[in-house]
Formats: sequence, structure tokens, C-alpha cells
Amino acid sequence: MFGYEFYIDPERCIGCQACINACAECDTHRGVPMITVDFLDRANSIATVPAICMHCDDPTCAEVCPADAIKKGEDGVVQSALKPRCVACNNCVLACPFGIPKMMTKLELMMKCDMCYDRTSVGKRPMCATVCPSQALAYVTPETIARERREKPVNVFRFGNETVTTKVFMMVPPGETAVTVDVVDFMWETPETPETWR
Amino acid sequence: MKRDPLWREELSIFSADEKYVNRRQFAKFLVLTSAGMFVGNLWILVKGWLTKTPVYPLRSIAKLGEIPIGGSKLFNYPTAADPCILVRTGETELAAFSQKCTHLSCSVYYQRESNRFECPCHQGYFAAKDGRVLQGPPQRPLPRILLQQKGDELFAVGVDLGEA
Repeated sequence: MFGYEFYIDPERCIGCQACINACAECDTHRGVPMITVDFLDRANSIATVPAICMHCDDPTCAEVCPADAIKKGEDGVVQSALKPRCVACNNCVLACPFGIPKMMTKLELMMKCDMCYDRTSVGKRPMCATVCPSQALAYVTPETIARERREKPVNVFRFGNETVTTKVFMMVPPGETAVTVDVVDFMWETPETPETWR
Repeated sequence: MKRDPLWREELSIFSADEKYVNRRQFAKFLVLTSAGMFVGNLWILVKGWLTKTPVYPLRSIAKLGEIPIGGSKLFNYPTAADPCILVRTGETELAAFSQKCTHLSCSVYYQRESNRFECPCHQGYFAAKDGRVLQGPPQRPLPRILLQQKGDELFAVGVDLGEA
């Protein structure tokens, strides 16, 4: 859309939560941010990462929706659930590999980042990208990102044997071609094996 | 290549593939068609106000001796595109009507035996005396052609549409 792409650089995120507040300012979902800033390893590090919808080429959330409530437009943006259709079943919440959809239990509605569709569809930048002071969230042209960043944008994610390509790019060290995620590595629970079994 | 199942086609994840009419589209359709009908009715009303009463020409259509009792003659009045029928039901009883059936504009024909007009398309019948509907689908009587006799010549002088 208008030649801009969305780039996330977790390395730049300073955890200021400006994006959360900017997102909650939006009139389409006033007071409810559609973006989260997660601590990667709270006990040992101050590192944070912003999580917005990656707008998958083949969106799992929409694929698993039994009510046909999540739709992908021709511009590649996966929209938030349609209010008249969403049955609040949580399938999308469980299915999304990036953990983006959120169930608003009181509204009985899944809500997620739609890349500020009211803004980006008319050529404006998303709220979070306009306020991000370190441009960890950047909504710029590919030329700009190539000129100003050392890191390389990739939009291929590997979850085990599953490859997911997305509309939103993640900035990775040069030389990397994909972000490979081993989900088990990120589980904080220790295996609950009784002492006697060892 | 394996074809996708039907549910995938019907419940596509792409909004561009939405084939079913949603509530908003239906409401829009209702509003627009109602507005269209309202405007159309206004137009008909305004047209009715602006149209003047037509002036009919005086035209010779037949000689009196030309038609036998129980006979009929076809003519066009007031324009060449308006077929009409003249019938002589008695010595002095002459009547002329538009030949177009008021149901779907088929031509009506005179039936001498039963003294009525028959529309063969849908079996509509009109009285030969005054053109009123006897049976069948037509709702309005046949428009009557007003006649005037001068000597032994018959003239058409106007059209009586019936309800006006």
C-alpha cells in the first residue's frame, strides 16, 4: 500500500510502551491497545519486543475461524474479526503462531492489530510506527530501510517444519534468510518429571 | 493438482471472494430501489401535470353503406400506429373501439354470433356495445372511438379512454 512496508526491529525496542498508548488512542478501539510489548526474559534482561500482527500470507487465524469472521483484503492486510460473525471461540487465539489475536471476553469478540487500516489504507502510517522513538516499529519504503539499516528484513518464519511468510518484515542480522523459532526453547516450564523416574 | 474442497471456496479467507449478499448490501439495495421507485412515481406525477389533453383530428373512416349489419371494419386512429375496429351491430347502431386489448395489447376481433370482442391471446372478452370487460384478464374497458355521422360518411372525432 502506497509503497510502504512494516518493519519490526526488536533490537531497537527500548520498552517505552509509546506504541501501546498510541494504539489505545485510536477511535476504532478506544482504550484497548492492539499491540503488546513483551519482555523476552524478564528475570535476566530488560530486552523487550513489540508484537504486532504479522499479516501472514496464509493467515492461520482466518483458516481456523469456524465463523468466517477473519478476512484478508486484497492489500494483504488480515482484518480483525467481524463483530456480527465472531463467536468468541478462541480458535484464532490458539492457532496464531505469533500469539497476536486477543479475546475480548466482555465483547465476545476477537480483536487484533489490523495495521491501523483506517490510516494505512489512505496512505498514513500506523499509530505505533508514528510514535516509536527508536523506530523499532518502522513503516517506511524498502529503499529507506535498505539505506538506513545494517540489518536485513526477512518475512520468512520457520516453526519446526512449518514455514510462514508474512507481510510484515522482521529485521535480522545480515546473512540470515529466515527467523527460525523452536517453540520448545521458549517454554518457561521445566519438564515435570518425578525424581524417581530419573 | 488436488482441488480444494467446496467449504474452502465458500468460506474463503479473502474478503474479495465473499459471494453472499451481506446485510449491509441488502439494506443498501432496499434503500436504493425504494428511492428509485419514489423518484419514478414523482416523475409520473409531474409528467401527468405537464401533459395537456390531446387534440384529436377529424378523420373520415368509412361510408355508411360500406359495412353490413354484423360486419366490421379496421382502421387506424388517431395515428397510423393505433389500430381500431368499427362494428355495425344494428341498422343504426355503430361503435368503434381501439383494437388493442387492455391486457397485453393483442388485437381484439369481433364475434358476430355472441356480439362481443374476443382477444385470442388470453381469452379476454369485451362487450361490442360499450367495450366493457365481460371476462378474462383485462381490467379496463376498450378505449372508445367517438364517431360522428355527416350524411352517409362516418368520421372519428376523438378517443374516450374510459376512466378519465
